[in-house]
Amino acid sequence: MTGNGGAAVSLRGAALRFGHHVIWEDLDLDVAPGECLAVLGPNGAGKTTLLKVLLGLLPLTAGTVTIDGRPPRRGSPVTGYVPQQKDFDRDLPIRGRDLVQFGVDGHRPGLPLTRARQVDAVIAAVGAQDYADAPVGLLSGGQQQRLRIAQALAGRPRLLLCDEPLLSLDPASQQQVTTLLNDYHREHGTTVVFVTHEITPVAVFVDRVLYVAAGRWAAGTPDGVMTTQALSDLYGTHIDVIRVHGRIIVVGGDDPAGHHHPDGDGHIHHPGHHSPDGEHG
Amino acid sequence: MSITFLLAQPFAQHALLAAALVAVTGGLIGPFVVTRGMAFAVHGTAELAFTGAAAGLLAGNNTVAGALIGSLVVAALIATLGARPRERDSAIGAILAFGMGIGVLLLGYYQGFATAATNILFGNIFGVSGTQLLILVVIGVLVIAVMGTWYRPLLFASIDPEAAEARGVPVRRLGLVFLLVLALTVTGAAQVVGTLLVLSLAITLAAAAQRLTARPLAVAALSVIFALIAADGGLLASFGASDIKASVFITSISFAIYLTARLTGPLLRDRRRYREDHHGHPGHTAPPQYEAGPEASAIAPAGNPAQPPDSRAPSGLGWPGEPSAGPGTTGLPDGNIPASRRSKPLP
Repeated sequence: MTGNGGAAVSLRGAALRFGHHVIWEDLDLDVAPGECLAVLGPNGAGKTTLLKVLLGLLPLTAGTVTIDGRPPRRGSPVTGYVPQQKDFDRDLPIRGRDLVQFGVDGHRPGLPLTRARQVDAVIAAVGAQDYADAPVGLLSGGQQQRLRIAQALAGRPRLLLCDEPLLSLDPASQQQVTTLLNDYHREHGTTVVFVTHEITPVAVFVDRVLYVAAGRWAAGTPDGVMTTQALSDLYGTHIDVIRVHGRIIVVGGDDPAGHHHPDGDGHIHHPGHHSPDGEHG
Repeated sequence: MSITFLLAQPFAQHALLAAALVAVTGGLIGPFVVTRGMAFAVHGTAELAFTGAAAGLLAGNNTVAGALIGSLVVAALIATLGARPRERDSAIGAILAFGMGIGVLLLGYYQGFATAATNILFGNIFGVSGTQLLILVVIGVLVIAVMGTWYRPLLFASIDPEAAEARGVPVRRLGLVFLLVLALTVTGAAQVVGTLLVLSLAITLAAAAQRLTARPLAVAALSVIFALIAADGGLLASFGASDIKASVFITSISFAIYLTARLTGPLLRDRRRYREDHHGHPGHTAPPQYEAGPEASAIAPAGNPAQPPDSRAPSGLGWPGEPSAGPGTTGLPDGNIPASRRSKPLP
C-alpha cells in the first residue's frame, strides 16, 4: 500500500531518529480531510518534531509522508502553522495587522507596502478587530494567539498545524482559542493537527488522538486511547487515566510526580493535571 | 569662513553626501538591529572595522578599504561562531577584545600623522578622498538595494522566526545576508562618526523611531529621517564650530532625538495608562491587555483579560461573509449581507 490517496495527511512506516535515539518509528497514520487530530505525549516524545516533518522542515529517517498526496514542501500554501505560544517582546515595532499580513505575503521579497483584502476579513473572523492596530507586544497572551491563528488562516490553508497554541494561557483564553479553532475547523472543513500536552481543553473537538511516548505510538478516538489500559500498554508501565468533572488526568502509576523512562524521554505528562510540577516542565 | 562659502566647496558637499548615505543605510538597518537584539554585534563589527582601518592605514593609507575588509571578516566570524543569540554575544566579545588589541599594535607601527588614530575612532568625514567616497556610494547603493529587496521577509524572520520558516522564508540565509549588510553599513558609518560611535547612527535613531510608532514602514521612515537630521545636521553644525568634531554634534543630536522620543512617545503613554488602569489588580500576571485610544471607545472594557474583546463579533460562527450560515456550508457571501460587512470568504 502506497498511502491513502484521499487522506489529507498520510504517514507510512514513518520513523525519525537522531543518531541512535529513536524519536518514533513505524508510524502509520492517515488523517482524513476535515478531521481534527490531537497529538499528545510527554515532552521530548517528538510531537513538535512531527509538525516539523509535516511542514517540510525536517526529513523522515525512514518511511513516507504525504500531504494531499504530495511530499510536504516548506512554505506550502496548503499548510497553515500556529507556532508554540510565546509572548512577543513588548517593544516590538509591529501591529497585529502586520503580523496577520505576513501570513499572506511575508515570504515574498519587497517592501511591506501592500494590504491584502483578506487580512481584514480574517482579523474579524478571529474577533481581533478591536486591537489589530495595537502593537502586538502590548496585547495579552490570548490576543496574541488569536492574531497568530489569523496569520495562519490568512493563507487559506486546507491543513492547519498547531503547536501547543494554548501553552501558558489562562483557562478563559484557552477556552476562547479552542472555540475559535473549533468553529473554523467545522465551518471550513479544515484538517487540523493539534499538538498539545493537555487533552482536556480540546477534547470537545478532537476526532482522534495520536499518543506518542517512549518511541511508540497509539492512535484512536479520545475514549479509546485515553484509558488506563491503552496508555499502560503504550508506556509499558502502569498508568492511571482518571476522569473527573469532564477532565482527563493521566498519572504515572507509582510516581505521581512523573516517571523517568530509561531512554530519558522525561516525564509522563499530566494532561489537565494542574499540579505545580506536572505541567510542562 | 561662512557657511555659504563652505557649502560651495566640493569637500563639504562630498562630506554631506557621504553623511546622507550613511544616514539612510544606518536608518534602514537600525530597526532590524534593535528587533534582532544585535546592538552588540554592531559594536563588535565597528571595533573590528577599527582594526581593519588601522591595517589599511599602514598598508596603503586607505582606511575605508581596511575597515570594509575588517568588518566583512567579523561578519563571517560572527556567522560561524555565534549561531544562537547568547553564544553570539560571547563570541563577539571575544573577537572584539582580540581585534582591538591587534588594532592598537598596528597603530603603534604607523609613522604618519598622530591624528590618524583619532580619526578612525571618532571619524573625520573631511579626510575622505574621492576614491573612498566612491566606495561609500557603492556600499550605500548596495545596502539600499538589498534592504529594499528583502525588507518584508527579513522583517518576518526578525519578528517570528518559527512562523517565517514555516511560511517558506529562508531564515538562516537572510540572517547571513543581514550580517553582511550590517558590515557594509558599519564601514560607511565609521567614516562619518568613527568606529567607536557607529551605534549612534545604527541604533539610537531606530530605537527612537520605535518609541513613536509600531507601523513597520513608519518606523523605517522615521529612523531614516532622524538619521539624516543627526548626520547632516551634525555636519552642518561642525562647519560653524570648526574646532569641534562633527561626531560630537551627530551623537548629541541623536541622543536628543532618542531622549525626546522616549519621554513623549505614545507607546510609553499607553503603558503608563495600562498600569494605572490595572492598579488594584494584584495577582494579575497575564501580559497587559492593550487598551485602544479614545477614538475606539466602543471596545471591551480593559482590565479583564478573561473577557473576550470581541463581544461585537457575531455570535456563534462569526466568520465574515457567512452570517447565519448553517454548519458545514462553505459560506460564499450572499445578498443579505450589508455591503459594509461583505468581505471575501475565508478558505
